[in-house]
Amino acid sequence: MAAITLTVNNKQHKIDVDPQMPLLWAIRDFVGLKGTKFGCGMAQCGACTVLMDGNPVRSCSTPVTAAANKKISTIEGLSDNLEHPVQQAWIEFQVPQCGYCQSGQIMTAVAFLKKNPNPTEEQIDAAMQGNLCRCGTYPRIRKAVKRAAELMKTKPF
Amino acid sequence: MRTTLSRRRFLRLSSFTGAGLIIGLNGVDGKAFGQLVNLSNDAELVGVTPFVLIDPKGGITIYNTKPELGQGTFQSIPSLIAEELDLTLDLVTIRQSGGQVELGADQFSGGSASIRTSYTKYRKVGAAAREMLVTAASQSWGVPAQECITENGKVLHKASNRSATYQELAAAAAKLEVPKEPKLKDPSKFILLGKRVKRPDIPLKSNGTAVFGIDVEVPGMLYASIERCPVFGGKMISFDDSAAKKVKGVQQVITCERLIGKYRFEGVAVLADNYWAAVQGRKALQVKWDYKGYDKFSLTAYEQQLRELAKSEGVVDHTKGDFDKAYAEAPTKLEAFYETPMVSHSPMEPMNCLAHWKENNQIEIWTSTQVPFSIKNSFSKEYKVKPEDITVHVQFNGGGFGRRLYPDYVHEAVQLSKKAGKPVKAIWTREDDTQQGPFRPMTFSAFKGALDANKKPVAFQHKVISPSIGASSNPNYDKTKTDGGMTEGISEQAYEIPNMKNLYVHADMHVPLAAWRAVTSTTLAFSHECFLDEMAVKAGADPMTFRLSMLDSKQSDTKRLLQKLKEVSNWEKPLPAGWGRGLAQWEFFAGLAGNVVEVSKKGNGIKIEKVYAVIDLGTMVNPDMVEAQVEGAIVMAITAAIKNGIRIENGKTIQSNFHNNPILRITETPPIEVHILAEGGEKIKGVGEPGLPPLAPALCNAIFAATGKRIRRLPFDINKI
Repeated sequence: MAAITLTVNNKQHKIDVDPQMPLLWAIRDFVGLKGTKFGCGMAQCGACTVLMDGNPVRSCSTPVTAAANKKISTIEGLSDNLEHPVQQAWIEFQVPQCGYCQSGQIMTAVAFLKKNPNPTEEQIDAAMQGNLCRCGTYPRIRKAVKRAAELMKTKPF
Repeated sequence: MRTTLSRRRFLRLSSFTGAGLIIGLNGVDGKAFGQLVNLSNDAELVGVTPFVLIDPKGGITIYNTKPELGQGTFQSIPSLIAEELDLTLDLVTIRQSGGQVELGADQFSGGSASIRTSYTKYRKVGAAAREMLVTAASQSWGVPAQECITENGKVLHKASNRSATYQELAAAAAKLEVPKEPKLKDPSKFILLGKRVKRPDIPLKSNGTAVFGIDVEVPGMLYASIERCPVFGGKMISFDDSAAKKVKGVQQVITCERLIGKYRFEGVAVLADNYWAAVQGRKALQVKWDYKGYDKFSLTAYEQQLRELAKSEGVVDHTKGDFDKAYAEAPTKLEAFYETPMVSHSPMEPMNCLAHWKENNQIEIWTSTQVPFSIKNSFSKEYKVKPEDITVHVQFNGGGFGRRLYPDYVHEAVQLSKKAGKPVKAIWTREDDTQQGPFRPMTFSAFKGALDANKKPVAFQHKVISPSIGASSNPNYDKTKTDGGMTEGISEQAYEIPNMKNLYVHADMHVPLAAWRAVTSTTLAFSHECFLDEMAVKAGADPMTFRLSMLDSKQSDTKRLLQKLKEVSNWEKPLPAGWGRGLAQWEFFAGLAGNVVEVSKKGNGIKIEKVYAVIDLGTMVNPDMVEAQVEGAIVMAITAAIKNGIRIENGKTIQSNFHNNPILRITETPPIEVHILAEGGEKIKGVGEPGLPPLAPALCNAIFAATGKRIRRLPFDINKI
């Protein structure tokens, strides 16, 4: 066991866990934030995507120790009241169906748009292709990422 | 069975406090269902199903009785009631029902049935409540009821400038007789139904606050991971848990049974104080299995058996005219054989359940499920407790697609909690979810078709050879009869062919099988509509013209659908060189839809350039949700057509996770254009499933048009045609 301090959404959490435990389970079961989802456990689906120092990582395949001293952002820390342009676009285009993969989709989109505020449709597809959605919300994800990029121009976040 | 329900108990069930108006539908025994009754002042309530609660000191609550899987019932079902009460959904608290006997046997999501079976029934609930609130107001103000209007949760009398909230009126309204046939709203006045209303669950699903089954925690619970036999049908000999128990956090190692259909599969569960420890403990388990010879099973060999079985006559599913004579005498004949795979459901939320078997033998369950009512009743029989002692808290489902019609994962958690004496949350790994089934079965199809001297279709035969979903659930399955579940839709198409004889050949299978989104239509539409295309080619006819020529004699929904597809897809407009266009439609129990797919040659393969979809509904609740469902169904159908499917060798599933059981990615998703036929009226068809079946045949027909290559087996590699 290892005592680890995780900084999640700018808040510090001291936890005592198996150092090999994936960050996903530390976030869900020890920090207590359930918005980040378990989908595959082997970095294949993207449902568990969180940001580590601003970069999207698959928390199901990242050992918790690798997250110590890093800034972790989860879906819960994105905004207080759905103000983030990506969330606004997700609501505008009614993207989620079952919704289970959407935390991961949104976190991937957030990290992508920060790096590429003027994406082409091909770049949006390429950025989002690691996030699977069994409901098939991809046509709406495309539109919403594009819309979020527009929203961010007038309302930087 | 008559169910007596005390008012106190009902109030507890619904978290409803104080006196108020409760409108329900009478008759859980099914005989008098739909009769409106006033529950508000009854000391003893008999067989009632309350859907809308108005609390004088609180808010207005409406139940959603259809578990939300992504199909939108969290918005659409409450809207049926809210519409008649002139309430927008922001004025309402929506509660998910949990299979309470009082709320009716149809608390399930499946068969694209939610709206088409609830539309008028739930509107009447809302209309009755409205009528009583208006009457209460008009009596109290001494004004005619006809002069009162309702809006925003209030009754208004504009001439005397009076208004009262529903909450203020609830107590008086509750004393009134419930109208037997309340007047329903004129559809031209609708504020919710038929409109693009935003779904109330979308904000929750955009900030991580939507609670899925996997997210629920209760104090003192243990997490479980369960080792099951990798070979379907194996039995446990023994297990050694000494290493598992050394893993820090592991508390107990106990067995459980997975009840799925007619099968009972054993498992060994490692219970720990966190999920990761449970998974590590499970990896350290040593379990000895007796495969009982099932490790000799090979799907490749099984498929060969299906091809052999195709030579047998089978049992008659449907006949018309004299197929044998017409076929024998026809100048032009063709035959073809089609094959499809087993596939997994793979919802993004793996199976999981939190159960608490309490000391007083009350069972509390928190889970993602499509079938809360059935859980209460079937578990009551299995575990010998009363249905009312089982509480099911239905959470948002992280996908269903038919998988969550089967509560096998709930059984495991319930048994583990009983044995452990604590709340237990069992979570399947993705590998468990991919490998353990149940799967959508394959269907193989043998066709015979004949054209007369004028190249008109004169004889048609579709023989289905397959294992059976029904046989997987029913130990008394009768193999001597046809199986409507496995011949779904093949005798329901509107095409007028004078001589038909459709047949079914049953094949035994020991692997658990299940309904999958759009069930057997997902494989039979492919073979059926591709073979019709082969007949069109043989007749030298355009596939659209050929189909319309079989719909000539009368107006039909299918004819309208094809005409709409022809129009929206610009069917007659020439395509660029190297492109092809394909068509298919399918009508079955859930509804009717069709696709035109355009493809282009790309290297050795094919690119899907565009999918046009038309769905026929009649009346609908939310066009935006209909479009979303059709888009999603098409994405799922492309996965089923071009991705791996499930293979079983040595008795074990080969695929294990998304790397070898892939689903479509955003980069592979073509532009999809959805058109809805909804002119209103009595007719209401399903939304969730019909979008799926036409895709594979339309795609393969397009590939034939572009390349001349006829695809008769799914899945196929789209990059190597």
